[in-house]
Amino acid sequence: MSRAPDRLSGLPSQTVGPFFHLGLTGNSALGRLAGPEAKGERIRLRFRLLDGDGLPVPDGIIELWQADASGKYNHPADTQDRAPDPAFCGFGRLATGADGICTFDTIRPGRAPDGLGTCQAAHISVSVFARGLLDRLSTRVYFAGDPALAEDPVLLRVPKDRRQTLMAQPDPMSAGCWEFDVHLQGERETVFFDI
Amino acid sequence: MPPIPVSHTLSELTGPLYGHNPIGGTDNDLTRQHSGEPMGERIIVAGRVLDEDGRPIPHTLVEVWQANAAGRYFHQRDDHAAPLDPNFTGAGRAITDEDGTYRFVTIKPGAYPWRNHANAWRPAHLHFSLFGPCFITRLVTQMYFPNDPLMPFDPISQSIPDERARQRLVSHFDLNLTQPEWALGYRFDIILRGREATPFEGPS
Repeated sequence: MSRAPDRLSGLPSQTVGPFFHLGLTGNSALGRLAGPEAKGERIRLRFRLLDGDGLPVPDGIIELWQADASGKYNHPADTQDRAPDPAFCGFGRLATGADGICTFDTIRPGRAPDGLGTCQAAHISVSVFARGLLDRLSTRVYFAGDPALAEDPVLLRVPKDRRQTLMAQPDPMSAGCWEFDVHLQGERETVFFDI
Repeated sequence: MPPIPVSHTLSELTGPLYGHNPIGGTDNDLTRQHSGEPMGERIIVAGRVLDEDGRPIPHTLVEVWQANAAGRYFHQRDDHAAPLDPNFTGAGRAITDEDGTYRFVTIKPGAYPWRNHANAWRPAHLHFSLFGPCFITRLVTQMYFPNDPLMPFDPISQSIPDERARQRLVSHFDLNLTQPEWALGYRFDIILRGREATPFEGPS
């Protein structure tokens, strides 16, 4: 399939390289998506970025995009008839540390429509950037145990035996904390989406 | 494993719009972020952010970062034996106007070695990061300079197999953008993929 001849082509992507901290992740406030007044269930979401050998990737970027507690995106394309929570910022961005970890303070998103007639399970859209990646990787965080998982239209596209790679798991030692490992490669490779 | 194709839901057709920080007065002028002027060749880098139909993308955040004129990043992990410049950090931000136009004033970055292979040098480049109107338009890329002799030896730019696509990451010298007695101008238009984008397959 080729594109219409009069259309321009999007520019190709290039790696973020090792020095992106300078331009992209100097603002640690982007790890806190929910202000004190934000509605919804507060969660702490800990990402671990791992390479194909299971070793931490210390110079990656995790970016989040999510709906508020009511499932509303702060964006004009979301035409649901209510205002987004003004105390909530749907965007987050952090660099991973030496241990491959970065931790966001946010809220558990509500269920957002898919725009095609179905309701999605609660999820957070994630972009992963790292030195060795030519392009960003796109994935989603879902929440283990959510009864809505069974009817999520995106998850249903994922082979059953790989769906668990998209599940944040509750930390049994710490209420409200969830953990999500991103495996860039290997047997437990996280599901990435072609969007 | 190959990524799994999905239909675009509301989650992909929305995205962070702009300004997670207010844009400050010198955010788009990398030569005025310190008390003195940085060393090197002052340049203007400007262009338009467009979708694949050529329509301007207004009010979108453009973030850049780069090495200084000597080829050294203001970054603790850069150990290249070239001087840091106390008057140059090398990070900037701009928001496109109604017409999709952005503009930076900066210093032409130097080439630098990076140990990827024997005698490996990166061509001079600026890193660009853009959001565009939604989650799928997110782009991180690099802008190069015309006639850079290092490009054919650079595995990062050569990772783009298509020569024409690679050339679209090369800025153009623009005399109209050039300010007399002050700075050369380089034009770099940025096309973001759109929601209808399909992967290009086969020869054109």
